[in-house]
Amino acid sequence: MHELSIAKNIVEIIKESVEEKDLLSIDKVILKIGELSGVMPDSLQFSLEAISSGTELEKVNFEMMKVPFTVKCKICNNDSNNELGIVKCPVCGSNDTEIISGNELLVSEIILKN
Amino acid sequence: MSVITVERKVLAKNDEVAESNRALIKRNEVFAINLVSSPGSGKTSLLEKTINSIGNKVNISVIEGDVQTSLDAERVANYNVPVVSIITNGSCHLEAKLVEDALNKLDLKKTELLFIENVGNLVCPAGFDLGEAMKIVIVSTTEGDDKPLKYPKMFRNSELMIINKIDLLPYVNCDISKLKNNALSINPGLKIFEVSCTSGAGIKEWCNWLIENVKEKHKQDTQLMY
Repeated sequence: MHELSIAKNIVEIIKESVEEKDLLSIDKVILKIGELSGVMPDSLQFSLEAISSGTELEKVNFEMMKVPFTVKCKICNNDSNNELGIVKCPVCGSNDTEIISGNELLVSEIILKN
Repeated sequence: MSVITVERKVLAKNDEVAESNRALIKRNEVFAINLVSSPGSGKTSLLEKTINSIGNKVNISVIEGDVQTSLDAERVANYNVPVVSIITNGSCHLEAKLVEDALNKLDLKKTELLFIENVGNLVCPAGFDLGEAMKIVIVSTTEGDDKPLKYPKMFRNSELMIINKIDLLPYVNCDISKLKNNALSINPGLKIFEVSCTSGAGIKEWCNWLIENVKEKHKQDTQLMY
């Protein structure tokens, strides 16, 4: 249930990024959620709805963009969408890889109606 | 329609407080460990064994995180080390701010080794930096050998894995080499210890490693200051 404290942080970021008079005109907030972020999009959606209910953010659509788990091999240079968390390169078998996406947990964009 | 580009990390605020905790811990030359595991893997038992073994050689302090009750803090306090209890009242993980408050209640000048015992949970604590030098994950043989695959983020973010309850291996369905391979497939650099807090097996090796790291940390932090 850490999605609730994450939702609170998201609301804070929105309030810091948008002028108070524009809060009611927010149409959509785009969030980037990496597969390895440990955040369940459904649970986060529920938490966001719960804490924005009855506030100026009540009508906001929260859109979750899932970011796949990807590793880049430092030996053969291939990018692979491995099974979650597995870092071994499926092409050459090396463990010398770097996670290039999947850890994201970002407020990406806020879209206003006008 | 207008678009505001934000691209901000949701946990940036927690990370900022964690960095300030880290600086405070460093200034006081403390080796700080964030101890994480499922409920019942043996975090508190490991602390008891560790304090019992090296409490007379190293100054240890403990921050005890629990959802409810101070039972674990009371257990550890029996070993005559400074303990600060954080009761999260339902929250499933510790955050940097809670640890900041706890750090202010400890005498860090008199601390060489600090254990922050997180709430028992393999999901949520993985995402929250507290300012520690490293996360150490405990997994017990009764939990089975597939835990690292089910909770990859925690095993990825830890530098060391302690396999506890190895005395129960003959009775449980856990292939220890499979457990290690699963963990290493997530984090190839992971260091591993095998222990039993009941029989005492492996505790000496773990404690020697701790003492080495306390010395090393002290050396590094002192060099940084001068």
